[in-house]
Amino acid sequence: MTRTKPPRLSRQTSQRIAFALITLAAIVVVAPIFFIVGYIVYQGISAISWEFLTAYPHNGMKEGGLLPAIVGTLWLTLGTAVVAVPIGIGAAIYLSEYAKDNALTRAIRVAIINLAGIPSVVYGLFGLGLFVIFLNFGTSILAGSLTLGIMTLPVIISTAEEALRAVPQSFRLVSVSLGGTRWQTIRRVVLPQALPGIITGVILGLERAAGETAPILFTVAAFFLPRLPKSIFDQTMALPYHLFVISTQVPGMPIHIQYGTALVLLIFVLSMNVLATLIRNHYRKQRFW
Amino acid sequence: MTDQHEGQPKRSLSWVEFLIERAIQVSGISAIILVVLIFLFLIKEGTPAFMEVPLSGLFATRWYPIEGYYGLLPLIMGSLIVTIGAAVVSLPLGLATAIFIAEIAPDWVRNILKPFVEVLAGIPSVVIGFIGMLVFAPLIRVTLDIPTGLTAFTGVLLLAWMALPTVVSVAEDVLDAVPKTYRDAGLALGMTRWQVIWRIVLPAGRSGVLMALMLGVGRAIGETMTVMMVTGNAARMPVGLRDFFMPVRTMTATIAAEMGEVAHGSPHYHVLFAVGLTLFVITFAVNIAAASVVFRQVKRAERMLA
Repeated sequence: MTRTKPPRLSRQTSQRIAFALITLAAIVVVAPIFFIVGYIVYQGISAISWEFLTAYPHNGMKEGGLLPAIVGTLWLTLGTAVVAVPIGIGAAIYLSEYAKDNALTRAIRVAIINLAGIPSVVYGLFGLGLFVIFLNFGTSILAGSLTLGIMTLPVIISTAEEALRAVPQSFRLVSVSLGGTRWQTIRRVVLPQALPGIITGVILGLERAAGETAPILFTVAAFFLPRLPKSIFDQTMALPYHLFVISTQVPGMPIHIQYGTALVLLIFVLSMNVLATLIRNHYRKQRFW
Repeated sequence: MTDQHEGQPKRSLSWVEFLIERAIQVSGISAIILVVLIFLFLIKEGTPAFMEVPLSGLFATRWYPIEGYYGLLPLIMGSLIVTIGAAVVSLPLGLATAIFIAEIAPDWVRNILKPFVEVLAGIPSVVIGFIGMLVFAPLIRVTLDIPTGLTAFTGVLLLAWMALPTVVSVAEDVLDAVPKTYRDAGLALGMTRWQVIWRIVLPAGRSGVLMALMLGVGRAIGETMTVMMVTGNAARMPVGLRDFFMPVRTMTATIAAEMGEVAHGSPHYHVLFAVGLTLFVITFAVNIAAASVVFRQVKRAERMLA
């Protein structure tokens, strides 16, 4: 590591070159984000209309709107929340407030890291094997939501635990010294303080689930369905899968409809992202600790 | 949750509390239960493949399930090429971006940049695949003058870019974790800021950089929709460097493209689960390795404090 010979370039010159290269790299990373979002808006905006958002697709999906796909994605996002939020927050409370530093806790942490690393398409296989076939839910919103929910769990656990741990220990001590039990302390003191952070994490987790395609391929997604799902045992169309279908499986698809669909999906997930950021910034300012 | 009023007997309260605390404990171990459950299901559905197709058939170079050829080598090679390529591209870029955000950029640039990297993490992979297919692949075809833009190379560039949020955020944490006293010591000795970064901060955080690399690899090998849309999906055995600019097919794309059409319980179905099992084992190993780096790092920090 240590160099005895003085470098050939002057120290200031080498710093200037290094910083220029690093800045260039950062631009290479960030510029395509502007480009992709901007280009999709530019190409897709002409397709957006009231009809595009509220009509059923017709004429082999080449005309009409996205209604069943939008409604399907809303269902799936809601279903994911129902599955992942209670378990995720419960696990976060356990890790932050109850868990001792022992082998079980370490095993839980390793399991969470692994859960976060499993490829999304493998979640799809698991959902197919367990929910669709073994438990006989069929290709349904129920099977899809359970699959997406399990996939989202590690995101929610990690962010919620971080939010809970950020609450100062003194708050807990005060509550306990006033005679509060452990659960009262969590329920009345820790959770309210950590809530904004938890909500932010939940939204970011759901954002990811809403944009996923691979886990829903075999568990819920329908190629084309000219009606809305009536129950959680129905199949449904979904925005990400619909974009995949019209861009790869349907020849002669009008290009502006493809970009319009990509734009609607992008707006759907990025508005969740913005919402999470706003909530975080708002409460960070209000926080008095 | 019932509201507890003052003077209410404590017993009914502890009753509710008992149930809630049990529920919390069960949620706590849910992650372990789920990992085990996923593993067991992949084994249950995947291992029959090894009975139905001889090992020599699985470790062959031809993947053509319709005629009963289940050679996995082209798929494994496809995944390897794309993943290693993506890791090689995304590590320096991600590290540089992290250094820029953490050490060089003024505050206002940092406050704009960080949310943008988060936006990148939020763009669905199907959207990146879509743009890759429509805009990026034609660009590569024309620039390199090759027959198709749907190649391993295209996949590598897009995957590298998609793995960046992971690499950047981990690398940033690593740089932040290097104590300020280290930097101050370097500056006090008259080093430039760049010398401090290059000779002190990066070496001090190298195990974390290794972790960023591994998590990036884990992210890239599991990516499905983008690779399926931009790498052309030809299950050919890559033999030379030239194949880098030809279509390939990865393990993830194979599962995604074929699972919808196979009969439940057929050899093809079991082989696809075996591919999923392989992916699970690979990501499991990568993540365990990354986690052990973290744990070791904590121990080292404790030792230094003692």
